Amino acid sequence: MTTTMPEVREPAPPSGKQPRRDRRGGGVMSSTGLYIAAGISGFFFLIPFYLLIRNALSTDAEITGENWKFFPTDIQWGNISELFTDETVPFGQSLWNSAVVATLHTVGVLLVCSLAGYGLARIPYKHANKVFYAVLGTLMVPTAVTFVPSFVLVSSLGWVDTYRGLIIPGLFSGFTCFLFRQYFLGFPKELEEAARVDGLGYWGAYWRIVVPNSLNFFAAMATITFINGWNSFLWPLVIGQDPGSWTVQVALSNYMTNQTVIFHLIFMATAFSILPLVFVFLFLQRWLVQGIAQTGIKG
Amino acid sequence: MSTTKTRDLARPAPAKASPAKPRRGLRGSPTFNFWLFTGPFLIGLAIFVYAPILWSIWLSFFEARFTVTPDKFIGFDNYTYMLTNDDFVGSLGTFTVFAAFIVPTTWALSLGLALLVNRLRFMRAFFRSVFFLPTACSYVAAALIWKMSIFSGVRFGMMNTVLGWFGVENIAWLVDPSPPWYWFVIVTARLWLQSGFYMILFLAALQNIPGELYEAAAIDGAKPGWQTFRYITLPQLRATSTAVILLLLIAAYQAFDEFFNLLSKTTWGRPPLVELYYKALGESQDYGAGSAGAVILTVLICAVTLLQGKFMGFGRGDESK
Repeated sequence: MTTTMPEVREPAPPSGKQPRRDRRGGGVMSSTGLYIAAGISGFFFLIPFYLLIRNALSTDAEITGENWKFFPTDIQWGNISELFTDETVPFGQSLWNSAVVATLHTVGVLLVCSLAGYGLARIPYKHANKVFYAVLGTLMVPTAVTFVPSFVLVSSLGWVDTYRGLIIPGLFSGFTCFLFRQYFLGFPKELEEAARVDGLGYWGAYWRIVVPNSLNFFAAMATITFINGWNSFLWPLVIGQDPGSWTVQVALSNYMTNQTVIFHLIFMATAFSILPLVFVFLFLQRWLVQGIAQTGIKG
Repeated sequence: MSTTKTRDLARPAPAKASPAKPRRGLRGSPTFNFWLFTGPFLIGLAIFVYAPILWSIWLSFFEARFTVTPDKFIGFDNYTYMLTNDDFVGSLGTFTVFAAFIVPTTWALSLGLALLVNRLRFMRAFFRSVFFLPTACSYVAAALIWKMSIFSGVRFGMMNTVLGWFGVENIAWLVDPSPPWYWFVIVTARLWLQSGFYMILFLAALQNIPGELYEAAAIDGAKPGWQTFRYITLPQLRATSTAVILLLLIAAYQAFDEFFNLLSKTTWGRPPLVELYYKALGESQDYGAGSAGAVILTVLICAVTLLQGKFMGFGRGDESK
C-alpha cells in the first residue's frame, strides 16, 4: 500500500528544495540501499534463533556431524516429548521454578518499588531528598558485585535452595525505584489533587487514581522486570545448589558443562527457555518499547 | 536533583489554598505517608543491600574461610593478597579490554541500527522487532548457541564451516588464549544480545529531535547525510549517548554469564565477577578475600562512575528540563 510512497519521496532531498522530506537527517542512502542494509543486519540478528530451532529439531548426529549443513535433512518433532520425559535432563522442574520465581519477583518488585517511587516523587517530607540519595547510592554498586556479601547473608538466614532466597533479596531494586520516581514526577498532579480535595488520603489517591491511570507504565515495567527475572543467572546459580531448586538458566548452564552432552535435548531445552519471553515480546512489544523509551533515561 | 527541589517547594501551595481541609490525624500526615510508602522498600534495602555491603567490609578484615562469623582479625591482609594476586589483577585487565571493546562497538551498532530503522518508511516495526528480539534471550542461551553451534572449535561448527569454504583452517575459538579468538566470540554474543535494547533508547531520542532543526539546516545549505548527522543529530543525542555509555559500562562491570558459560573451565579470560565467584564460592570458600575483592571492585566502579559523571555530565540532560 505505501510501497510507492518512499519511491516518490526519496529522490526529493538531494535537490535541497524540499527540506520537509528530509526531517530524519538522512539522505546518503537510497531507499533500496536502506532495505538491503536492514535485510543483511536482520539476517545476522535472526541467524542464532534459526540455528537454535534447527538444532532443537535435529538428531545429535546432524548437529555434530562432519558435514555441517544449513538446513536439516529430517525434522525430529519427537525431540519435544523426549525433552520432558528424559530423566538425564530434568527440565520440567526448572521451568516451573523459573516461572514461580520470575512471576513472584515481578509482582513483588512492582509493588515495593512503585510505592517507594511514588513516596519519593510526591509526598512532601523534609528528609525525602536524603532518603532519595540513599537509594541513588545503591545504583553505584552494581548488584552483581554484592553477590558475595548477599550470599553470606542469605546463607546465614538459611535461605539457600529456597524460593525465599531466590526471590526476596532481588525485590529491592534501587534502579526500578528510581525509574518509578522519574515516572511519577511526570504524572499529572491535577488528578491526584482532585482526589485529595474529595477526601482521599495519599494511600487512596494512589490506589484509586494514580495506579489505574498508570497501567501502561506498570505493564512496561512488569515486562522488563519479568524478562530480567527469567533471564537472571548469577544469583540463582549462587543460591540454587540443589538441582531441585535450579532455575532454567542454571539448569541449561549445567547441561552445557556436563560430561555427557545430549545436544538435541539441550537445544530443545534452550528453545523452551526462550519461548515464553518471545511470546511476551511479540504480544507486549508496543508497551515494552514505549516503556523503555519513557523510563526517563532518554535525554 | 533540582527536580525534587522544585516539587518540594511547589507542594505546600495547594495545602495553603484549601486551609479548610482538616488533616485527619496521622492518616493525612505527609511524614506518616512518606514512611508508609517508602518503608517496605527502605527496610528491604537496608537488610538486603546495605547490610550485606557492611558485612562484606567487616569480613574483608578477617580470615574467613568456610565461615561467615570469623574471629581472626588480619587487617588489610586480604586486600594486599587480592591486589597482588595475579588472577584478580588479571581479571581487572580482562575487564578493561572487554569494556574498551564492547562499549564503543555497542554504542555504534545500536546508534546505527536506530538511524537505519528510523529512516525506514515501511516494515519499520518488523525490523525494529528483529533487532530487538535478542533482548528476550538470556546470556546462558546465547552462550549455548555461540559455543555449541556457531563457534564450535571443530569443523561441525557453523563459523568454521563457512570459513572452510574460503579455505581457512579450523579455529579453536574458545580453547586457547593465544591468539585470543575467544574475544570475538564473547563480543559478538554480547553485541547481539544488547544492541537492540540500546537501539530503542536511541530511537526514542531520534524521534524527539524537532524536525525544524533539519529544515533550518537544509535552508542554511547543510547537505543531508554526514553534515546533518554531525552537526544536528549527534549533538541532539548527546544526553542519550551519555546515558547509554554509562549503562553500557555498568553492564560491562556485571559481565559474568557469558564468560562463565563460554569459558567454564579456563583460568584465563575471567572478568572480576567470575574470579570472585570462584574465589568466594569455589573450593576454598574464602569469604574474606572474596569480600575484599568485592570492596575493591565497588570502589573502582564508584570512582569510574563519578569520574565519568564529572566529565560527561550524566544526568545533566535530565536536570535541564
